Amino acid sequence: MILTNEQQAILNGERGETLAKVMKTLVMYGEAFEAEKLVPITSSYNHLVTSFGLKVMSPVYDLMQTLLDAGVSSGQKFSVDPRPLDKHVPANILQNFVFNKFMYTKQSFYEEQLEKLGLMDKNAFSCTCYMDEVGNKPKKGDILSWAESSAVVYANSVLGARCNRNSGIIDIMGSIVGYVPYFGLLTDEGRKATWVIRVKTTKKPEAQLLGSAIGMKVMEDVPYVIGLDKWIGTELNESATSYLKDFGAATASNGAVGLYHIDNLTPEARESGMALIVEGAREYVIDDAELERVKANYPVIWKKPDAKPKLCFVGCPHLSLQQLKDWTVAIEGALGKKGLKKITLPTVMTAAPAVLEAFEKTEYAARLKQTGVNLVYLPLDVYEQSPLQEDACHHLVEQASHLHERALLHRRGDP
Amino acid sequence: MKQFKGRVITPGEVTAEALVTTEGFNTLASFQMALQFGDKEVKCGDQNNKELHGKPMIGKALCLPQTIGSTTGGLVLYCACAMKKNPACMLFAEHIDSLAAAGAILADVWVDGVTMPVIDSLGDEFLAYVKDGMKITVKADGTVEVE
Repeated sequence: MILTNEQQAILNGERGETLAKVMKTLVMYGEAFEAEKLVPITSSYNHLVTSFGLKVMSPVYDLMQTLLDAGVSSGQKFSVDPRPLDKHVPANILQNFVFNKFMYTKQSFYEEQLEKLGLMDKNAFSCTCYMDEVGNKPKKGDILSWAESSAVVYANSVLGARCNRNSGIIDIMGSIVGYVPYFGLLTDEGRKATWVIRVKTTKKPEAQLLGSAIGMKVMEDVPYVIGLDKWIGTELNESATSYLKDFGAATASNGAVGLYHIDNLTPEARESGMALIVEGAREYVIDDAELERVKANYPVIWKKPDAKPKLCFVGCPHLSLQQLKDWTVAIEGALGKKGLKKITLPTVMTAAPAVLEAFEKTEYAARLKQTGVNLVYLPLDVYEQSPLQEDACHHLVEQASHLHERALLHRRGDP
Repeated sequence: MKQFKGRVITPGEVTAEALVTTEGFNTLASFQMALQFGDKEVKCGDQNNKELHGKPMIGKALCLPQTIGSTTGGLVLYCACAMKKNPACMLFAEHIDSLAAAGAILADVWVDGVTMPVIDSLGDEFLAYVKDGMKITVKADGTVEVE
């Protein structure tokens, strides 16, 4: 890798041993991907994946403390993935004990470290940092040092920023020295599509199901999706961006997609169209039958799939303001059809603190509260990864709006 | 004995017994429970990986195509190394992924007293040939001997 004089000086230790190790980490990381240079980060803010204050992640806090003790801080302020706990989530004594006294004991200490390193503000905890309300929204062409797979794929695809799928810690190291290795999704070549996806469904595909199908098929490759604009339009409005948020997260978590292009919709597809597709790209056709096949074969994480759910979570990634409004209307409608006033299964919806604050100012907030839904800012995977998930808290995660009536009402045993 | 030549991601020399998966290795799912509950053998906790689930990973030559899963994967691998609960080496048939690379490099640069050689691009033939229990020797230049 060819370094500038300034970068080489940092690597040589002229600005201290700790910064030299940060630079060495980035250089080795770049060399693993044949990067020829480091390029400046140009976004206003960074975004970090979280270690959730998990006690088991103690070496991470030790490393962060090493950085702090050396007087190092992030050149950019940053947002971070959601906090792990929220008192508004129904939990029993055992769960509270395990979460607070065993699993997430480092959260307060971790937050203190983040504030010293450069946290944007005390509520900058969300996986959807790019929401207008949160304020960490990069511009097209910005170079990022983000981690958090769902945020990276959104920034690349919907906003046209440039970021690799970085791991935690690598993210903060980038913004400490201000550079990231130039490879993969930072390059024009790495942003070209090696898959063509043809959507031929007879109705609007559920975002996470479509994303799952594509993620499992293309893995880490870049797909160019044709035919989806028929269902979600050719304008990046609130409805389309909310859809793409959920769609992209599913491509990233079921595969390792860091960038997708949607024909006639996402910025680079609108600019360059099918010229983004490489010669010899593979093709995947998604029709109603294929979506049904993916749904039927989707791995079930529950030991007892037919068990009666005790709690319903909605919002992974965090819900947008528009989605909170849409859910309010949908739940009211479903309750009305059943002649019910309140939901019958404890339900929490998750969104960024700043989005929740904005939602509280709308007329929908009181209406949603009236249905019995709780609003929180924690992430769903805290509960999915808990050792108590099967025994003490059988959770149901249903994003599909066409399923939510069944999820909220029918699964309690109603006909 | 058969030799394979790969690319050195983190340097080192080691001899260890092979532990093989032909599926993507989910770092978080594989290590989380073992690290959380102090399992000395570091048995693989990934229920979706039928080849590895329940098998001890500590001190083994972990042979795999790539890692998969969340971007916490690098953090988890780094923690496993810092807690001395890591495999003896990681041998990738394919090009290393960004999360595994990050975890291995963080451990190499920031953890004293731990050497976990990581070699990638060993090829499909390597993964087809190597089986659980075979003796693996990793050389400093990225040569991997399997016997």
